[in-house]
Amino acid sequence: MFSLERWQEVFQTIGKNKLRTILTMISVITGIFILVVLLGVGEGMKNGIKSTFQDDAENEISVYDGVTTVEYKGLNPGRKIQFKNEDFEQISRTHASDIDKKSSMYRIWSGLISYKDESGSYRIEGVLPDYEFIEKVSLISGRFLNQQDQKATEKYMAIGKKVKDDLFGDNKALGKMVEVSGINFKVIGVYTDPGGEREESRVYIPLSTSQKVFGGGQNIRQMNFTIPKRDNYDEALAESNRIVSKIERDLKSIHKVAPSDASGIRVRSTIEETKRFYDLTSVISLFFWSVGVATLFAGIIGVSNIMLIIVKERTKEIGIRKALGAKPFSIIGMVLHESIFVTTIAGFIGLILGLILLENLGPLIDTEFIKNPEVNLNIAVTTLGLLVIAGALAGFFPARKAAKIKPIVALRDE
Amino acid sequence: MIDIKDLHKSYQVGKNKLHVLKGINFHVEEGELVAIMGSSGSGKSTLLNILGILDEADEGSYHLDGTEIKNLTEKTAARYRNKFLGFIFQSFNLINYKSALDNVALPLFYQGMSGKERTARANDYLERVGLSDWATHLPNELSGGQKQRVAIARAMASHPKVLLADELTGALDSQTSYEIMDLIQKINDEGKTILVVTHEPDIAQMTKRIVNLKDGIIIDDKKIEQQKALANV
Repeated sequence: MFSLERWQEVFQTIGKNKLRTILTMISVITGIFILVVLLGVGEGMKNGIKSTFQDDAENEISVYDGVTTVEYKGLNPGRKIQFKNEDFEQISRTHASDIDKKSSMYRIWSGLISYKDESGSYRIEGVLPDYEFIEKVSLISGRFLNQQDQKATEKYMAIGKKVKDDLFGDNKALGKMVEVSGINFKVIGVYTDPGGEREESRVYIPLSTSQKVFGGGQNIRQMNFTIPKRDNYDEALAESNRIVSKIERDLKSIHKVAPSDASGIRVRSTIEETKRFYDLTSVISLFFWSVGVATLFAGIIGVSNIMLIIVKERTKEIGIRKALGAKPFSIIGMVLHESIFVTTIAGFIGLILGLILLENLGPLIDTEFIKNPEVNLNIAVTTLGLLVIAGALAGFFPARKAAKIKPIVALRDE
Repeated sequence: MIDIKDLHKSYQVGKNKLHVLKGINFHVEEGELVAIMGSSGSGKSTLLNILGILDEADEGSYHLDGTEIKNLTEKTAARYRNKFLGFIFQSFNLINYKSALDNVALPLFYQGMSGKERTARANDYLERVGLSDWATHLPNELSGGQKQRVAIARAMASHPKVLLADELTGALDSQTSYEIMDLIQKINDEGKTILVVTHEPDIAQMTKRIVNLKDGIIIDDKKIEQQKALANV
């Protein structure tokens, strides 16, 4: 079937019928091109949303203290609840098996940090080493805080990229000393955060140091935990809800807060936001896929139409060939061979054009909503295969019909 | 070479059944040059189509070189057409995007012959019909007579047992017609069996036997004194 002779036949036919070949190719090229670009932009939007939404761990539980609003066990409402280190330790201990990463925090909302002549006001957070994973920061240089720093109450600091740019410009920050309220801290790391500039204008110091330096004593402002990942969303949600209610119950009982009091102690889980994120991205995917598939379908219909016309146009030729002794299978093979060859070549051209466009245009697109438009090559090649198969099928039925008609009928066709 | 017994054929035209061939008995020896004549509607083209395995009879038997032609699959029919028969049509039926040479070589392609051999043999036959200088030309660059010569070369190339010609001079002026008939006579003189369907008496006179068809039956079948086509040129 794929003999050299057949190829020569195909090339001859293509060469002698340039217009219809070009029309077929344009139809396929456009279809694949639009599909690739759409999928690329869709993926870009997904990436954009991902980076906007997913700046923190998606299975995080945060616990905040607050002011009571409900009278409970003889205590008046309006009482300030203050978490202490021992609260965190107890929760960590009792829920050890449910918890993956954990950190408590002492926070200075706004602290003046200066290096040489430069200075700025930044949020200073005293945290434990696990906070690196909870906040999903990634270090550009140096390291994050570790257990040793916490234990030794080191005056170390991991600073956000924005802070580094503000204070150090293009100079190296690592190992330099910055001053906070007259106390020198050594910069041990510079990080980026998917949350963007807002979250990169923070600095992290060991919890113990923050409590000591800023007069926090044993006080903490909040606790953060992550729970181990689950295979599916529903399982993760159930697990998260279970742990949230347990932690809330334990803390409320320790601090004598009414179970119904929603503001004395607040426990929040990011998993519901994650759900929204998943929903949104799947809606976007669905949208682009349906447009893409519709385009592909239009392409397939285009190819089918052209195949029908080709076969119709060649009815007489098929009659001649049959009179000369062409077997039905060789007629079908001839039509299919040409159509598969043309659609494949055209498909690849469309694919490559689409990829070139994405490759060159992708980096130029600078909005928060589209990031790294890219296309899964496997999907692109699969759709190309589908188009070729559809084109072949679209050619097969008319070709088979033509191969079946009696040569005299075909010969009469003008 | 050809042996037909009690051949019947009808076509369905709308709701009516049109009985075209009503019992044809017909025998052709090897080396004969036969003209099948008749007015339009006499069934002569239908007969030729059945002879050419382009169409099937409803009843009766047809033997071609001892092989019974009956209930053939498309595949076998194609093989027989290729092996036994060469067709020459009124409208030439050349493939318009193929050169003269490629047209002649096409039946050989379907025989599975290699490219080199095909070209050699196709060139050989083009030379025999006097068109070796036109081998690379497309059909639309050829005159009617030249096209028919290419068609004859194509019909001959696969070494068929029988040549079947349907109104082969119908689209040609009389001068060209006689030149073509001269070629046909020469091929016949070399021993090839040829059947010509025509309604032109002068063309029929250039064969060796005239079979007259009317309303689906043979009314007259006689050998004649062959007129040489060259004499008319």
